[in-house]
Amino acid sequence: MPFIPHTHADKESMLETLGIASIADLFDEIPDRIKCDSLPDIPDGISEMAMLHHMAHRAQEDASGVCFLGAGCYDHYIPAAVWDIASRGEFLTAYTPYQAEASQGTLQLVYEFQTMLASLTAMDVANASVYDGASALAEAILMAVRVNRKSKSRRVLVPASLHPSYLATVRSIVTHQGIELELMTSHEGLTAVSDVDLENAVAVVVQHPNFLGLLEDVDVLTNRAHDVDALVIGVVNPMSLALLKPPGDWGDTGADIVCGDGQPLGIPMASGGPSFGFLCTRMIHVRQLPGRIAGRTQDKDGNHGFVLTLQAREQHIRRAKATSNICTNQGLLVTAATIYMTLLGPQGLHEIASSCVHNTHRLVDRLTELPNVSMRFATPYFHECVLDFGESTEALQQRMLDNGILPGYPLTGLIDKGDQAMLVCATEVRTEQDIDRYYQELTNG
Amino acid sequence: MVETIFDKSRPTRRAVAQRVKEGFAQQPLPEHQLRSAPPMLPEVSELQAVRHFTNLARKNFSIDTHFYPLGSCTMKYNPRGVHRAAMQEGFLNRHPLTPTSHSQGVLACLFELQELLQNVTGTAQVCLTPMAGAQGELTGALMIKAYHTDNNDHERTEIIVPTAAHGTNPATASMAGLIAKEVEVDADGDVDLESLKRVVGPKTAGIMLTNPSTCAVFERRIQAISDIVHDAGGLLYYDGANLNAILGRARPGDMQFDVLHLNLHKTFATPHGGGGPGAGPVGANELLAPYLPTPMVTKTENGYGWLDRSVRPKSIGRLSSFMGNVGILLRAYAYSMMLGANGMRNVSAYATLNANYLMKRLSNAGFHPAYPDRRATHEFAISLRQEAKATGVTAMDFAKRLLDYGFHAPTTYFPLLIPECFLIEPTETETKEELDAFADAMIAILKEAQTDPDLVKQAPHQQPVGRLDEVQAVRQLDVTAH
Repeated sequence: MPFIPHTHADKESMLETLGIASIADLFDEIPDRIKCDSLPDIPDGISEMAMLHHMAHRAQEDASGVCFLGAGCYDHYIPAAVWDIASRGEFLTAYTPYQAEASQGTLQLVYEFQTMLASLTAMDVANASVYDGASALAEAILMAVRVNRKSKSRRVLVPASLHPSYLATVRSIVTHQGIELELMTSHEGLTAVSDVDLENAVAVVVQHPNFLGLLEDVDVLTNRAHDVDALVIGVVNPMSLALLKPPGDWGDTGADIVCGDGQPLGIPMASGGPSFGFLCTRMIHVRQLPGRIAGRTQDKDGNHGFVLTLQAREQHIRRAKATSNICTNQGLLVTAATIYMTLLGPQGLHEIASSCVHNTHRLVDRLTELPNVSMRFATPYFHECVLDFGESTEALQQRMLDNGILPGYPLTGLIDKGDQAMLVCATEVRTEQDIDRYYQELTNG
Repeated sequence: MVETIFDKSRPTRRAVAQRVKEGFAQQPLPEHQLRSAPPMLPEVSELQAVRHFTNLARKNFSIDTHFYPLGSCTMKYNPRGVHRAAMQEGFLNRHPLTPTSHSQGVLACLFELQELLQNVTGTAQVCLTPMAGAQGELTGALMIKAYHTDNNDHERTEIIVPTAAHGTNPATASMAGLIAKEVEVDADGDVDLESLKRVVGPKTAGIMLTNPSTCAVFERRIQAISDIVHDAGGLLYYDGANLNAILGRARPGDMQFDVLHLNLHKTFATPHGGGGPGAGPVGANELLAPYLPTPMVTKTENGYGWLDRSVRPKSIGRLSSFMGNVGILLRAYAYSMMLGANGMRNVSAYATLNANYLMKRLSNAGFHPAYPDRRATHEFAISLRQEAKATGVTAMDFAKRLLDYGFHAPTTYFPLLIPECFLIEPTETETKEELDAFADAMIAILKEAQTDPDLVKQAPHQQPVGRLDEVQAVRQLDVTAH
């Protein structure tokens, strides 16, 4: 019986205390008709050693090579201390800090996390995280519609260059509350919002850098949205904020709600999850911010301590009238991200972001030396860029994969002539040799 | 005075080993797009960072350090082998958009987990992507709504939830654009059938039920409930929060539930991580399976692959950036492999034995189970109302004093309909000695409440901080250090 400590004597003595003959008697309130007495299609249990052997085999099958894929998930280096500490049992096996006095570690860490995210985005407050970037945007949109009292409209504008999975997720979640999503026009990969678009909009979503890696004109977009009393929701990569103007400083008055995916901050790619989504806003909107929030307070002797605060927004108190049905955050990933940001500090994060920008530009410069390869958009980009390979990328991708290179994300169906284009990314972990290998593999074809 | 990491920060100090490259000659980004002042992140050495977070960790109660009988949360042992299995380089380094030809290892695990969860729950198909129980609930509610819409049954806008239900149930109904209608629970903790008959009707989209219920008893009249709701044209949603109580002994599919979610972080022992991540896979019968979210994993003669919207046109769509919390799914898969069929049946057997034993010990000592004539399931509720009336010591005071005795408190004040409630879930991985020690602590605290109530009311006394002022935390909101 793996993980069950009962000796035969324990069991007998417990049954005796209960005055019953067997454990089966404990299930006598379940009607016989719905009982099952075995799980015939499930095999017998195995030892830890056998399980690990099997899992090691499965993990090795997926060793896929040098990664030039980005598209919302990035191959960054993670310092050793991050997961060493995050994997400590006291972080790994605690739960939501309902008993604050016995959870000061988690609560203080969340408070520090909120401080770091608020500073990175130049907003006033951050929550303790939600599931991931896509669901964070869905929550941000629901929140924007709740807080924008100047507009009764439920029309939300989203950019055509929004991450396609984010758009799909938002559509699955927000349309059930009568919210209409409308795509803004785009020109050369950038959002070109028109006056017609803006009419009667309650909120405008701005992804920056956008899905295609391009830098939007965030100041103009923000000001134009605010001119018509629409709220601005920024969707950002937290790593980019080490270099780029933070959403709180966009335009004359800044974005109103900021969200994104925290994966670049010390979270392994791990097939895309678990990661965490973050949500930041202005203090005036804090009571409509969904999710957990940690706050600093005092005990009766005046000692500082931390608690979950503003709980009256949440489902366990407000039930059907809660700001969201979310019940947890992504605590463990927030732990890792907080340690990551601490180890890097402002200077370290700046260097990594710069290195990503530099490497991707190096990659693009090198590959576009080839006559058939070109940049699709002649616009400044951050650490991802759309390259046109002049022919269908399908065979090219397969050949590169077989030679140990993940060459990028094919854009088939996502942009005009997308079957010839890939979104490429070279983070700080890519070396000059990696870039050279990509070049060589291309020329070999 | 508590020092935050920002108090330890000094300008220009850094963890030098984490330096990558610096001094790039040319910055290719336009000047007006750049940040003018750096973010206020801490500037500390690597040792300072390691020491700070290690010391924070030590201020937490956790399963690895303390008995943690938090009802409804299933705080059982999270096997280290399982953690190691999921933390292997091959799994961690896989980019989510890697083509399926180079993802057969992880896809095989996910496909086998889908099949295993179908077997365990008695459903036709399972989708693994929902990222937590609450998102699983939303998935179920949206699938029910999609089914009715598909049948041009547009009047079905109400979803029934018991008064004792977890807050996520009504909150989920609202998120799905449905109206939550409450149904009463009777004195024995079962859904009141007369109340149910009054609530169901042509507007009923479905009912959300947990079984064993949030009152910690098995819903004995599940067949009658199912008939009443189905006869009215509604569908049954099973909230899998308490599936560990009946694992391998009764399957929600056999109870006529149409759609359900599982909390892998409960029944399948994945770590709670201080608040998450979880995973809330959703299963459905043949009727609702077409509406499951995407992506799902399929197996063909060419190997494993994804099922997306193009082949599942009725799907309610995508709910996450990629494929949900794969790392958690891998842990649940590894755990279930170690348990096997018998191990799963032992989960429900010993979780139930431990809960009934602890309930008996407390009841023998004079505490009051909320449903004294019922079997405990994997957990049980006691009401401290009489103790509070006699001594002025509330359930919250008891909870805080338990911390001083080295036990995490049970869930307090839930379910809401039980006054001064403790919901106690010992789990199958605790020893009899631990349960006895907890019962002894409860007895000792009751004695303190009678002889020195202030001692209990002022608790905790031996934690890093005394009882914290939550009212002040709201009134003088302090949510960032700067």
